[in-house]
Amino acid sequence: MKAQGVLLEERRNFIHHKGSCGGNTIQCDTESVSGAVSQRACVYCGARVVLNPITDAFHIVHGPIGCASYTWDIRGSLSSGAEWYRNSFSTDLTEQDVIFGGEKRLWEALEEVARAHAPKVIFVYATCIVGVIGDDVRAVCKKAEEKFGIRVIPVMAPGFAGHKAIGYRMACNAIMELISKAPAGRKRRKGVNILGDFNLAGEMWIIKNYLEEMGIEVVSKITGDASCDELMHAPEASLNIVQCAGSMTYLAKRMEEDMGIPYIKVSFFGLEDTAQSLLNIAQALGDGEAESRAHLLIARETHELKDLIQKSKEALSGKRAAIYVGGGFKAISLIKQFREIGMETVVVGTQTGKKEDYDIIHLLVNEGTVVLDDANPAELEHFIKEKQAHILVGGVKERPLAYKLGVAFLDHNHERRHPLAGFVGIKNFIKEINLSVNSPVWQYVR
Amino acid sequence: MLNLTPKEITERSALRINPAKTCQPVGAMYAALGVHRCMPHSHGSQGCCSYHRTYLTRHFKDPAIASSSSFTEGASVFGGGSNLKTAVKNIFDIYKPDIIAVHTTCLSETIGDDVGAFIQDMDIEDGKYVVHCHTPSYVGSHITGYGNMIAGFIKYLSKSTGKSNGRLNVIPGFVNPGDMRELKRILELMNINFIMLPDTSGVLDAPMLGSYVMYPPGGTTIENIEAMGDSPLTLALGELTCETPANELKRKCGVDYKCLPLPMGVEATDQFLMELSSFSGREIPYALEEERGQLMDILLDAYPYFHGRKVAIYGDPDTVLGITSLVLEMGMIPKYVITGTPGEAFTEKAEEMFARYEVTDCKAKASADLFELHQWIKNERVDLLIGGSHGKQIAKAEDIPIVRAGFPILDRYVHSYMPLVGYRGAIRLVELILNALMDRQDRDCADEDLEMVM
Repeated sequence: MKAQGVLLEERRNFIHHKGSCGGNTIQCDTESVSGAVSQRACVYCGARVVLNPITDAFHIVHGPIGCASYTWDIRGSLSSGAEWYRNSFSTDLTEQDVIFGGEKRLWEALEEVARAHAPKVIFVYATCIVGVIGDDVRAVCKKAEEKFGIRVIPVMAPGFAGHKAIGYRMACNAIMELISKAPAGRKRRKGVNILGDFNLAGEMWIIKNYLEEMGIEVVSKITGDASCDELMHAPEASLNIVQCAGSMTYLAKRMEEDMGIPYIKVSFFGLEDTAQSLLNIAQALGDGEAESRAHLLIARETHELKDLIQKSKEALSGKRAAIYVGGGFKAISLIKQFREIGMETVVVGTQTGKKEDYDIIHLLVNEGTVVLDDANPAELEHFIKEKQAHILVGGVKERPLAYKLGVAFLDHNHERRHPLAGFVGIKNFIKEINLSVNSPVWQYVR
Repeated sequence: MLNLTPKEITERSALRINPAKTCQPVGAMYAALGVHRCMPHSHGSQGCCSYHRTYLTRHFKDPAIASSSSFTEGASVFGGGSNLKTAVKNIFDIYKPDIIAVHTTCLSETIGDDVGAFIQDMDIEDGKYVVHCHTPSYVGSHITGYGNMIAGFIKYLSKSTGKSNGRLNVIPGFVNPGDMRELKRILELMNINFIMLPDTSGVLDAPMLGSYVMYPPGGTTIENIEAMGDSPLTLALGELTCETPANELKRKCGVDYKCLPLPMGVEATDQFLMELSSFSGREIPYALEEERGQLMDILLDAYPYFHGRKVAIYGDPDTVLGITSLVLEMGMIPKYVITGTPGEAFTEKAEEMFARYEVTDCKAKASADLFELHQWIKNERVDLLIGGSHGKQIAKAEDIPIVRAGFPILDRYVHSYMPLVGYRGAIRLVELILNALMDRQDRDCADEDLEMVM
């Protein structure tokens, strides 16, 4: 397939058609091409989205104001307790600080927070210019820990140091730094930690409820609806379950190495993956009782969804979907989930998917499906049109593109309106697709 | 949180909490989107570009395109020259704009990239343009960046041929496409041949026609930006936003300029129209007299519901001053008036207005933030908040009605299509204020006090 004039030559290896010659290897997990209208964000963004849901931490952004203002209360992750994370704290660096260094300002900001708000944990995000102007953020944080007797953890996240996925890693390092100081000698518990769910629209609570119904304790939630105290218990869990593999597999691996906690990857998007994940968790814990309870739960929920799925298949069968999301694991679940309701995925891409994700995607999709890494709006437009997709799944930047193209849209990102995880998420998923695909507006669009 | 803000105000000098501003580049990106067939380009890390596009998309609910130099570790050590060169080539090859508008970021400024020199060294095809401006994120705010980018276009493109074209240059403040549309309508009613830079109408309020066009039909043309050098006068609307570009045109082409407040409310709109009338030598047409008269009529009909009510206004400096002016004309009390953008001129102008209308106990502050505003409100309440979405947390915590006006509005729709400027814009804002206050009255009153006729 040639798409003359639409694709940058440098971008060719990032795009792949299943069934075409040239093997199955897609280029991914690399830097974006200069000049591309990339949908990707930076290291800081990756770190911030992962840590921000920790509800009672103080997140201080050390840098000029933009990095703080763009990330103020946008994640949609809910809290059952503290709300401090919904405020925006920053050092709002000025020209003077850039010339003379920002350490003094950071120190004062830490003092002001410590004095006025008695925080338990402060995360300090070092943005692009902080290293360039020579601030020793680690040293300032260390000094603050000693003086105020609280945890002050640096998150080294200069934007230029790679893409979002590097930021996930920085966030994981910060979490390790926090939980590795948990009091020694606490006993191992039978429960699990949930990693990589951010409680968007309350999804963490849905998963937690399933596990509790199976008799499995959730020791700590990382990071949706997390609190600092609860996080300190994370080392006591027997198993880590990783939902957003892109962001949290690294943490799971570190916890396995340092704390001996094994992990499994799970996904709670779609019927097949939700059911399989619940069973896998019970099996990984070697808990027969939990497994039989899981079977009951799955049977009950599946039965309840049966009619809806059947009806959706009739209404949506033959419709074509395009997927453009952050990580590979979500894309994989979505392909399966669309299939469950009779829809075919004709375009699929991710911002930060890994080679192993793309290998699985390749196995799942039909011949002719376009697979692309780090796509730009021109490419998305081209392939959505070429493949005549009916709906696009994506995030905020993709939404207006879809609407301008006359294609329905489902937000599977920060701005989702309803939980899309678990069995209840399947209902919402179908409802949202129906709402968008069947909006009366489409009749009038010429 | 929502109620975690302590009433007691403690001294803060280094810590910013809940800002009422953002950084320069997003303003530059917005200005660049108001030029026809222009690709805004962010010379920095990828995140900046992504954040700005997201921010603009969230406010306008329309695609905001822009490209990035995608800095890596290497670029941040050795400079971003080669990134920019590759980027410009790629952008022209693939996205085919007529012009690329480069703005810098904190990173490229701090490492000292000489973007002007990079551009000079490029081979740029005839009929294509690359312009730039400096937008260090640690100076000013998005408002500063907006002015700087407009100045950048003028610096590169405007020319003086020595022969006046008789046209009026208009630099609109940092306002919505709906406002730009309204300004153009007024200029057309006044029968004035004008050039407006930038003009995001038709770009960020582009219609849904079933296909995606990267460059919608709107935006100031390059030809017109060139011709600005031959205009006899520039009106800079928004004294704290638009003086930089107006001054740049004066410096480069000798075009005189006048700075006016954003035409919001009665007096400022009157002033704008008088300037237009004196420029064109024509009377103000009845159509505009009629709109003014309608505004008067509404203010008289409804005054019992807003007169004497206290309001807190926050956002961008010229917008906040414009709204302050309108609420004073309505007989409301602008108890707190803040902007996150630094600059004492804001405070002085606000205090002048307080003095002129003889309102006392009102506070104005630049470089302020919403956390501080919240604390003030906890100490002395207001009846209404006017500003962008970020005030909703205060509104909810304190149970105060809120009118969304300004930037950014992330949680409502339609605002970007509608004006706040001109008499029609004032009528709209009065309606929004009245609805907020009167809905509240209906909600709160006892059943026996619920009035059918108000």
